Amino acid sequence: MVIMGAGRIGVLSLQGAVSEHIEAARRTGCSGFAVKNRKDLEAADALVIPGGESTAIARLIRKQGLEEEIRSFARARPLLGTCAGLILCAKELVACPDPAPLGVMDIKVERNGFGRQKDSFETDLEVEGIGTVRAVFIRAPFIHAAGPRVRVLARFEGKIVMAEQGKTLVTAFHPELTDDGRIFSYFAGKIQAAGPRRLHSD
Amino acid sequence: MDGKKIGTETVKRGMAQMQKGGVIMDVVNAGQAKIAEAAGAVAVMALERVPSDIRAAGGVARMADPAIIEEVMRAVSIPVMAKARIGHSMEARILEALGVDYIDESEVLTPADEEFHIHKKEFTVPFVCGCRDLGEGLRRIGEGAAMLRTKGEPGTGNIVEAVRHMRRVNAQIGAVCAKGEDELMSFAKDLGAPHELVLEVKRQGRLPVVNFAAGGVATPADAALMMALGADGIFVGSGIFKSDNPEKFARAIVNATAHYLDYAELAALSKGLGAPMKGLEISGLTREQRMQERGW
Repeated sequence: MVIMGAGRIGVLSLQGAVSEHIEAARRTGCSGFAVKNRKDLEAADALVIPGGESTAIARLIRKQGLEEEIRSFARARPLLGTCAGLILCAKELVACPDPAPLGVMDIKVERNGFGRQKDSFETDLEVEGIGTVRAVFIRAPFIHAAGPRVRVLARFEGKIVMAEQGKTLVTAFHPELTDDGRIFSYFAGKIQAAGPRRLHSD
Repeated sequence: MDGKKIGTETVKRGMAQMQKGGVIMDVVNAGQAKIAEAAGAVAVMALERVPSDIRAAGGVARMADPAIIEEVMRAVSIPVMAKARIGHSMEARILEALGVDYIDESEVLTPADEEFHIHKKEFTVPFVCGCRDLGEGLRRIGEGAAMLRTKGEPGTGNIVEAVRHMRRVNAQIGAVCAKGEDELMSFAKDLGAPHELVLEVKRQGRLPVVNFAAGGVATPADAALMMALGADGIFVGSGIFKSDNPEKFARAIVNATAHYLDYAELAALSKGLGAPMKGLEISGLTREQRMQERGW
């Protein structure tokens, strides 16, 4: 059970569906706010890298000098990556040098793995420990290969579309586009488990 | 279990939501598309000519040659959009068959139908349409548009019309929200908008789809201005590849869109870009030359 004020979720606000993630964070009882720079990041108990265009977000992260900041944040604090966020969490991308991912999770990812927009879809999806959710896939990636410390939480058509490694949770689909708050609540559980930031100096 | 469904409203509108805070750039070949992608564009619009060249060339402007669109699709990994003429459902079907990610039913091209826009709900591919006011925007959503943009005045490098249209849409959203539900049928009639969608605007306090700015963005400051006026993102037509230095302008406009409230950053990124595209004074255009008058 997540209590009110359970954490401050920062949503990386360089490009993408930022307001949708902030609203989704708030629906779980956490507070949600936009993170544009290092100072904003310091105020966050957890970080979301939202859906958007991974090439554009990666370029803006580099320009802001946030790559190492996000890596070290992810070592200590919960991180959720949705779609483009999943791509950026990867260690390696399949047949695609760009964008250089952040490597916070031991996964190899295929961008646009389900095809172009005409192939984008929504479907019911069975998620381990959560149940059936409505999952919206938009030019979505999938996890091509996962290391031994990665726990697979959902597959679609045999492809890994949700996984976690320690405090990092990634989805190839968009939980922020539906009213079902269970995936964000699951993430909020990780924030509770990690405790408030002031008790855990990085 | 409810199985896999493509082309749903959520999937179409969601695609536009993922583009928010980003810049969509007009390109006419693979080389330009690569420059746009490297600069951080969230999508490219594949065209035969940018709007200022369409304006200069005159004659009938049509959908681009599919060979150009395919060349651009092969060149980049970001989404590729393409334009169909207003009301030209067959150009739209051809673009859909090519697999473009979004279709712009655009006043930049010569309209094919002066009475009816494309019935966009029938398509799997999502559409973006231009609007000058809330009524026009909601009519397009009623036909199935999954994304809106201001019309502005394309190919002019003059931001004044985009500003006018964005302010008008936002003022009318404000008016809808301020009214009681009992007043909204009458207001829907005044706007020329579907009543159901006016009620939806009142419920959500905003448009039910993403609304970008387009039609006259030529500098990073123009992009930042439109973001500050409430645009969800930016289309740049001629502004990049008709400037002195497309790489610099592309990067600067992307950065200005992301950091539009950081004035020191805007000052820094506006320095030494070279000349922007040469602009046109709107009052120098005849009614026939004003692309925004196309469509209804």
